[in-house]
Amino acid sequence: MKRKTIVIITIMAVMQLAGCANLGVQPWERDLLAKDEMALDSEGVDIGLDDHIYFSKEATSGGRSFAGGGCGCN
Amino acid sequence: MQLKQTKNVSATLAAASCALLGTSVQAEDNSEEWKFDTAILYYGETDRVQLVEGVFNANKDFGDEHYFNGKLVIDTLTGASASGAVAQSGVQTFTRPSGNETYTVEAGETPLDDTFHDTRVQASGQWTQPIGENYRISGGLQASKEYDYLSIVGNGSLDMDLNQRNTTLSAGISYAFDSIDPVGGRPVDLSSMVVDNGQFDSSEAYQQAFDATRLQGSEQKDTVDLLLGVTQVINRRMLMQFNYSLSMSDGYHNDPYKVLSVVDQQGLTQDVVYESRPTERTKHSMYWQTKYALDQGVVDFSYRFATDDWDIDSHTIDSRFRYNLSETSYIQPHIRYYQQNEAEFYNPFLSQGTALPEHASADYRLGKMTAITLGLKYGMQLENGNELAFRLEYYQQTPDNAGFEQPGTLADEDLYPSLKAVIAQVSYSF
Repeated sequence: MKRKTIVIITIMAVMQLAGCANLGVQPWERDLLAKDEMALDSEGVDIGLDDHIYFSKEATSGGRSFAGGGCGCN
Repeated sequence: MQLKQTKNVSATLAAASCALLGTSVQAEDNSEEWKFDTAILYYGETDRVQLVEGVFNANKDFGDEHYFNGKLVIDTLTGASASGAVAQSGVQTFTRPSGNETYTVEAGETPLDDTFHDTRVQASGQWTQPIGENYRISGGLQASKEYDYLSIVGNGSLDMDLNQRNTTLSAGISYAFDSIDPVGGRPVDLSSMVVDNGQFDSSEAYQQAFDATRLQGSEQKDTVDLLLGVTQVINRRMLMQFNYSLSMSDGYHNDPYKVLSVVDQQGLTQDVVYESRPTERTKHSMYWQTKYALDQGVVDFSYRFATDDWDIDSHTIDSRFRYNLSETSYIQPHIRYYQQNEAEFYNPFLSQGTALPEHASADYRLGKMTAITLGLKYGMQLENGNELAFRLEYYQQTPDNAGFEQPGTLADEDLYPSLKAVIAQVSYSF
């Protein structure tokens, strides 16, 4: 029974990996992804300002980028 | 009529903002132009801290994917911040951090230290360039200086593109050196606040007692951050990023201006002591962001889980939805939810008669809380191609009691007041 479960999980994992190989687009399909607003850091200035506020007001920082140092506000 | 009026208001606001932020620089006839993003932000808490922050961000593409980013941030802070002491049924007297004077807090009021005033200047530069066909390196420096604080940060990272650039693996490291030299010296951990209630024979006697609770000179903190990330294009419309980061800091973690009340069984304050935090902290965080392109806009969603060896776990959900109103304008609602539990050494107050713990802090930022941000941004492209945007947000923090019983009269006091703030921002890119 246990072995069967392992086999099923392994098959599913392999299928997932095979699925990953299909992820992505061809270079000529990047019309939408290439837009400025689709960049992960498109809100860079706003995010920088927000990070400073939340760094000063909450116990957690970072995640998106480095967490350490910066100001004496915390 | 109504429409026309709206347009006039927009135009007036646009003109006012341009005047505020400086007019656009004439673009040179050069294919590798500088691009500038500027912003002014106001952050105001009800009866507490007010912050005004200006950002000047410059990007330049030197060709062949060689990028430079430079950023200058200046902010000025005024107002009052909760000191950590509890509200009482009578008037309370505290000594200011400098030791030079005292201030009083009315009955039922949360003690605030109203000498909060600082100006900070931060400058940073970042260089990014490819190495070979599928690798990119990036390195940067940042320095931040305020009256009692200096921070210098260096970072480096390596990106590797795979699978026709549909997958990017990143690894980065950052080192931060922070130095603090507080006003009036550093309080000795858990030492009692010396308050001049007329019990001293002379001002020298008071000064001697005050000085005995202080250490002179600056203290340091070293922080090393490691970040591993995967960015994956899912399909023509969707992009995802996963990051794991580890942050280790060693050194002075206290907030030298925070205190704790020591109360008796009736809930009356008998003493006020300066906080003591551990000298080390290790944080882990997992971050997932996804962006999805709609025909009319973009959905941006992120979730972060963070945990650390101070026993603080937090969950953050941040979501923006950009909706294009036309070819040249958009609105963007923003919602953020944050929740954290308290640090293991967090105590809203200490009890008289029990031994002092090794570490204790009543800083509400280390306590249990939830916070929510609701915002709206409106952006438009002007006729000259530059972009102007306005952002207005509301931020509310709601601290919770993490199971601490309030003895005697303390039961009548609000030890967990919520904090409400407004954020307003004007941005101009050219």
